[in-house]
Amino acid sequence: MPEAVITAESLRKTYKVKGKADFVAVDDLSFEVAPGESFGLLGPNGAGKSTTMKMIGAVSTRTAGSLSILGLDPDQYGPEIRSRLGVVPQQDNLDGELNARENLFIYGRYFGLPAKVCHEKADELLAFAQLEDKAKSRVDALSGGMKRRLTIARGLINDPRILLLDEPTTGLDPQARHVLWDRLFRLKERGTTLVLTTHYMDEAEQLCDRLIVVDKGRIMAEGTPSSLIRQHSSREVLEVRFGSDRNQQVAGTLEGIGDRVEVLPDRILVYTSDGEAALERITALGLSPITSLVRRSSLEDVFLRLTGRSLIE
Amino acid sequence: MTGVIEQATVGRRGGVRALWAGNPWAVVQRGLIAARSSSWVVVLSGFFEPVFYLASMGIGLGALIGTVQTSGGAEVSYAAFIAPALLAVSAMNGAIYDSTWNVFFKLNYGKLYEGMLATSLGPLDVALGEILYALLRGLVYAAGFMVIMQIWGLNLAWTAILALPAVLLIAFGFASLGMAVTSYMKTFQHMDWINFVLLPMFLFSATLYPITVYPEWVQGIVMAFPLWHGVELIRGFTTGVLSPDMGWHILYYVVMIAVGLVFTTKRMRALFLD
Ligand SMILES: Nc1ncnc2c1ncn2[C@@H]1O[C@H](COP(=O)(O)OP(=O)(O)OP(=O)(O)O)[C@@H](O)[C@H]1O
Ligand SMILES: [Mg+2]
Repeated sequence: MPEAVITAESLRKTYKVKGKADFVAVDDLSFEVAPGESFGLLGPNGAGKSTTMKMIGAVSTRTAGSLSILGLDPDQYGPEIRSRLGVVPQQDNLDGELNARENLFIYGRYFGLPAKVCHEKADELLAFAQLEDKAKSRVDALSGGMKRRLTIARGLINDPRILLLDEPTTGLDPQARHVLWDRLFRLKERGTTLVLTTHYMDEAEQLCDRLIVVDKGRIMAEGTPSSLIRQHSSREVLEVRFGSDRNQQVAGTLEGIGDRVEVLPDRILVYTSDGEAALERITALGLSPITSLVRRSSLEDVFLRLTGRSLIE
Repeated sequence: MTGVIEQATVGRRGGVRALWAGNPWAVVQRGLIAARSSSWVVVLSGFFEPVFYLASMGIGLGALIGTVQTSGGAEVSYAAFIAPALLAVSAMNGAIYDSTWNVFFKLNYGKLYEGMLATSLGPLDVALGEILYALLRGLVYAAGFMVIMQIWGLNLAWTAILALPAVLLIAFGFASLGMAVTSYMKTFQHMDWINFVLLPMFLFSATLYPITVYPEWVQGIVMAFPLWHGVELIRGFTTGVLSPDMGWHILYYVVMIAVGLVFTTKRMRALFLD
């Protein structure tokens, strides 16, 4: 295996809170990312994903543990690391006073690139983000999805070795998401390492070679999407709804059907190797669900299992 | 092309909170690009304010007052007395305009600096870049004002040309301190405090009449504020009466610039690179 581009060992970050003990946002994370790999960070709200991204992005100093990015320690080479990264923060921080093209141009200047290079790159990236006809539009006049695409394009202005994407497709329509996935695949083909967080499990399955599930600043599981599904979930899932009032009550009587039963506010999930058979047993008990659905197990189920919570709270 | 990028971005040491990339000009350039789309009415009104003061008071009050004695001992017309003061004020106004309200909005309602500091820029680049940009407006206002003084014959000696670098220094000082103060402000109410200081400072800093009209203790207070030093410095140059005291005025501004830079940089670091 080639040498990792990111290595984190027992990475920890605490925030000072007035009058209270320090708040632990990232507790103890150890992971490695190989060059050209596409690595995912999943976890519920507040798990510490963005905090981790900021430490990798060399804009936040770790409290403890060790961290190496492209072989450099951010505590000693912060600016040098930043100059080789592309960052797409969770919340867009485009320059509202400038138009789309100027945003790209000036960002290159911040990296100290010559003006000529910045002009060329700005045009190239406008095409990449399919925003050529919005080149002269003020950022405020762009739609949410267009802003997102511009932010991603901006992150590429310095030809980064690693691209950090914090929830890159939140707020994008399905069409735009697919376009973006395609763009990310292309970057990957060119050897760019991708690190991304997302709340969309289908996206994680599509994009990530490998991922970790984080909760309360700790790693709950690690692996490829398919191996995680194999390890942490059954082959099939039966979803039944009895109406929000009755779900909890009915759930008790379902014990023993399938490997495991999970009650969500709006439905009951029965984990089993054979969904149809499980449904037959439920109807045999004299229960008639309002709706029922048998599907293959997905990352979302792994997530629910590991964090005990729904992703989008 | 990749070669160029590698060359430009490789090899800078320093921690996450490293201060300086030697690239404040990119931040200045950003200000200039943004200014292209800003409102020229606002820009012009800031310039004309001291011009109107000069026209109304210099001519109107000047007719009643006749001549005034400067602290350097020269007897000059009233207009020639207030003109250098208004020149200092216009440098101050220009510098304050961009370094306070504009910076306040960027800090609190935009995420501009967060974006900048995710690049290889350091907090000192951002602070210095914004301050340099802010002082540009002060310099433009003041240069325009000097032309008007020249036309009205209010530059009494060749040393008036030295008022230009002095204006640069004054604008730098106010931009630097203005941005430092603003970076600690959290609400609009706080921002009103800045105006609360600026107006009396404008009225009392030996701008419209000699400081000697006050009792000594009031003079002491006036001298503690920056504008008085700027007014005295520039008045010395435009009236051609130089004195060793001007060294102190210059020193005052040098310290002000340094203090402003240190605090702005510290604050930027605390806010965006924790
Ligand atoms: N600057 C800060 N000061 C204090 N606490 C913070 C700070 N930034 C984050 N936190 C806390 O750290 C925890 C982790 O936050 P983080 O933003 O990393 O979560 P996340 O996994 O990105 O969540 P989300 O999915 O909602 O984006 C949260 O409880 C948050 O309140
Ligand atoms: Mg987050």
